[in-house]
Amino acid sequence: MATPLVVSEVSKSFTMHLRSGVKLPVVDNVNFSVAAGECVVLGGPSGVGKSSILKMLYGNYSVNEGQILITHGDRTVDIASADPRMVLALRRDVIGYVSQFLRTVPRVAAVDVVAEPLIAQRASQDAAMTRARELLAQLNLPERLWSLPPATFSGGEQQRVNIARGFITSHPVLLLDEPTASLDAANRAVVIDLIRAKKEAGVALLGIFHDAEVRAAVADRTIDVSEFRAVGEAA
Amino acid sequence: MTMQQTDMATYNFAYLDEQTKRMIRRAILKAIAIPGYQAPFASREMPMPYGWGTGGVQVTAAILGPDDVLKVIDQGADDTTNAVSIRAFFQRVANVAVTTHTKDATVIQTRHRIPEETLRKGQVLVYQVPIPEPLRYLEPRETETRKMHALEEYGLMHVKLYEDIARNGHIATTYAYPVKVEGRYVMDPSPTPKFDNPKMHMSEALQLFGAGREKRIYALPPHTEVVSLDFEDHPFEVQKFDQPCALCGAEGVYLDEVILDDKGGRMFVCSDTDHCEKRREEGHRGPLAAEAPEMHS
Amino acid sequence: MSDQPLLRVNAVTKYYGGRIGCDEVTFSLWPGEVLAVVGESGSGKTTLLNCISTRLPPTSGTVEYRMRDGQMRDLYRMGEAERRLLMRTDWGFVHQNPADGLRMTVSAGANVGERLMAVGDRHYGKIRAAAGDWLGRVEIDVDRIDDQPRDFSGGMRQRLQIARNLVTGPRLVFMDEPTGGLDVSVQARLLDLVRSLVADLGLSAIVVTHDLAVARLLSHRMLVMKDGHVIEHGLTDRVLDDPQEPYTQLLVSSILQV
Repeated sequence: MATPLVVSEVSKSFTMHLRSGVKLPVVDNVNFSVAAGECVVLGGPSGVGKSSILKMLYGNYSVNEGQILITHGDRTVDIASADPRMVLALRRDVIGYVSQFLRTVPRVAAVDVVAEPLIAQRASQDAAMTRARELLAQLNLPERLWSLPPATFSGGEQQRVNIARGFITSHPVLLLDEPTASLDAANRAVVIDLIRAKKEAGVALLGIFHDAEVRAAVADRTIDVSEFRAVGEAA
Repeated sequence: MTMQQTDMATYNFAYLDEQTKRMIRRAILKAIAIPGYQAPFASREMPMPYGWGTGGVQVTAAILGPDDVLKVIDQGADDTTNAVSIRAFFQRVANVAVTTHTKDATVIQTRHRIPEETLRKGQVLVYQVPIPEPLRYLEPRETETRKMHALEEYGLMHVKLYEDIARNGHIATTYAYPVKVEGRYVMDPSPTPKFDNPKMHMSEALQLFGAGREKRIYALPPHTEVVSLDFEDHPFEVQKFDQPCALCGAEGVYLDEVILDDKGGRMFVCSDTDHCEKRREEGHRGPLAAEAPEMHS
Repeated sequence: MSDQPLLRVNAVTKYYGGRIGCDEVTFSLWPGEVLAVVGESGSGKTTLLNCISTRLPPTSGTVEYRMRDGQMRDLYRMGEAERRLLMRTDWGFVHQNPADGLRMTVSAGANVGERLMAVGDRHYGKIRAAAGDWLGRVEIDVDRIDDQPRDFSGGMRQRLQIARNLVTGPRLVFMDEPTGGLDVSVQARLLDLVRSLVADLGLSAIVVTHDLAVARLLSHRMLVMKDGHVIEHGLTDRVLDDPQEPYTQLLVSSILQV
C-alpha cells in the first residue's frame, strides 16, 4: 500500500509586499511522510511553522519549493502544483482538516455543518444526518444546539462541531490543528477515542497538539519542526 | 408667376400629393407582404390633430380612387363627430361617393369597430391606430421591441395576460386584444373590442392599419390567419351580451349602453348603426323600438 | 465532476477607445464551479462579466460555451436569436440593482413566470404553480405572488430576481455584486440562500464582487483584477490565506475584522 502522505523538500516563505517586500522564511527542506494507520505529531515551539505546514498540505498556502504527494485513488498527486479543481477534489475525497476555529456560515444549523462533507461525497441525506447526530452526541454537544447555527456557540461548542465535521467522513488523510485546544477533560477523552478509531481504520493522521496528555495518548512519533527552520534574511 | 391664383385653396386629389401617396403605398405593399409587421412610413402632418385618425386618413387617401365608395365609422356609428368630419373631408378633397351601408362601401375607415356584416372580397377596411406596438405596455424601449419582433420573442405578451388573470381571475383585456398573425407576428388590432377579433381571421377583405403619430402601417391581406393569444386553461372568449339589441332585436352583435334619462333608465343597442337600421328596415323590432324610434336618424 | 469545461474564456480583451477595460483574460469554468471575480471599482471586473455574458462584445478574444448537446460553441459567432434564447433559458444574470433585472410593475408571479412563458408554456395554472414554488424556495411568502416588486424590500427584490433567473433550470448564472446595497443581515440571508441553491442545483456561477467575505463564502476559485488585468488567480482559500501579489495582499489586509 502506497504511503498516503509524503512531504519532500518543501520550502515556504512569505513576501510581505506591504512592508517593502521583506521576505519572511517559514520552513525549509521539510521532509517526512505519514503511513496509513499512523498518527504523527508536529512538535516545536510556537511560531516555528507547524500550522503553516498543515495549511500547505491542505492547499491554503502556496508552496515555494518541493512536493507534497498525496495518494488519490490509484495515482499520486502533488498538491503543491495541483490546480484548484484537483485541490478541491482532494479535499472532498482524500484530505480532511480540523482547524482551530470554525468558519461559520450564516443560518446553517450545526447538524448540517457536520453532515455537509459526507453529503459532498454523495452520501444520502438521511445517512449523513444520522451520522452527524451520533457524532454530536458522542461529543456531548447538547441536543438543543444541534439545529442552531454555531455562530453564537461558545469556543468549546464550536470546536466540537468542527471536530465532528472533520471526523464524519472516512478521508484517508486527516490533518488536526489543535483539535482539543478549548475542550474539557471529558471531551478531550472523546477526541482521543475518535483519533484511535481513525488509526485503526488505517487513516494517516498529522496533528498539532499542545496538550501533552492528548499528545501522549495518540502520537506514534513526533516531528520537531524546528529542524526545518529556514535560514533566511530574518529568521 | 403664371400659376393661376384662386380665392379658394385647391388640393390634389385626396389631399396628399402624389409622391406622398407613392411612399405610403410602398409602405402598404410592404405591410401586405409581411402580414402583421409594422412597416414604418413618413407620416405627414394632416389637417387634424393626432389621435383623430391621421394614420387612417393617410392610408385612405393613398388608396382612394375616384370610383371608390367610402364609409367612415367611429365606434360603429356613421354619425359621430369623427366619422362625419372624415367623411366630409374626403367628399371635399376627393369628391368620392360616400355611403353608410357596409355592403355598398369599397373602402371603410374605422375607429374601434369592425362592421357586423361580413366583409367581402374587394373591400378594404382601414383602421385608425393610436398605439401600434403591442409590446409597449411592458417594454417601453422601441429598439428592444423591434428586436423582440424580429426574433419572435413574445413571452411578454403572455405576461400581460397572466397579470390579467392574476388580478381578475380571467383575461380582462377587452379591447386591443393581441393577436398572432400567420403564426409569426404579434399584432395589436387597435382598440377594437375583442368581440371583433374573430372577424379579422380569414377575412375576405383587405385590412390596413395606419398609425399617424407612431408612423407605422401594418396589414392583414385577405384570408390571413389571425389568432387571439390565450392560455390553455384560460382560452380566448368574446364578450356575450345577455340581451338582444333594444331597437332591432339582434343577438350576437356588439352592443352599446345608452342612457335614456336621469332616473337610471338605459338600453343596449347595436354599436353598428348601419346594421341596426338595416334590420329595422327589414322589420325586426327590439323591446324598446317603439319608445325610441328616432335613435338612429 | 465533469472533465469538460462548461465555459472557456480565451484572451478576452475590451478596449474603450484607448483605455483598457479588461486585457487578455483567459480561464475555464467547470460544471458546478463558482468563480469569484474580485477587485475594486474600475478594475474591469464588470466589463469582463459583460463580455463573457454577451452583453458587451469584446474587442478581441473568444468565449465558448458547452451547449446542452455537448457541443462547444463560440458565443459571438452564434445568431442573436439563439444567443438570446440561451441567455433566458440556460443562463441567469443577477444584477446588483434588482430593478435592472425585474419588471417592477408586474406581479412577482409574472416576474418568475415570464421565462416559462418565453419558452412556450401556455398553461396559466402550471406557470403560477411553478412561480409559487420558486417564491417559496427563495423564502418569499406565496401570498405575495400577486404583489409587485416595487412593494418589496431590497432583500426580497433580490431574492425574487434570483427566482426569476432560476425557474428555467439554468446551468450558468452570472451575478454582479449580488449583495451590494443590502443590509448586512439581509446579505447573510441572501448569501446563504445563493450558496445552498448553487450547491443543490449544481450550478456554475461567476460572481463579481468587491467583498472578499462574499467570495470566500460562495466561490471555489477566484480571479483578482486590477487595472483590467487578472493579477492573481487560484483556489479561493489560497488567494485569501496566502496572497502573493502586492495588490492582493493590500486587498486582503484591508478587510475589517469583527
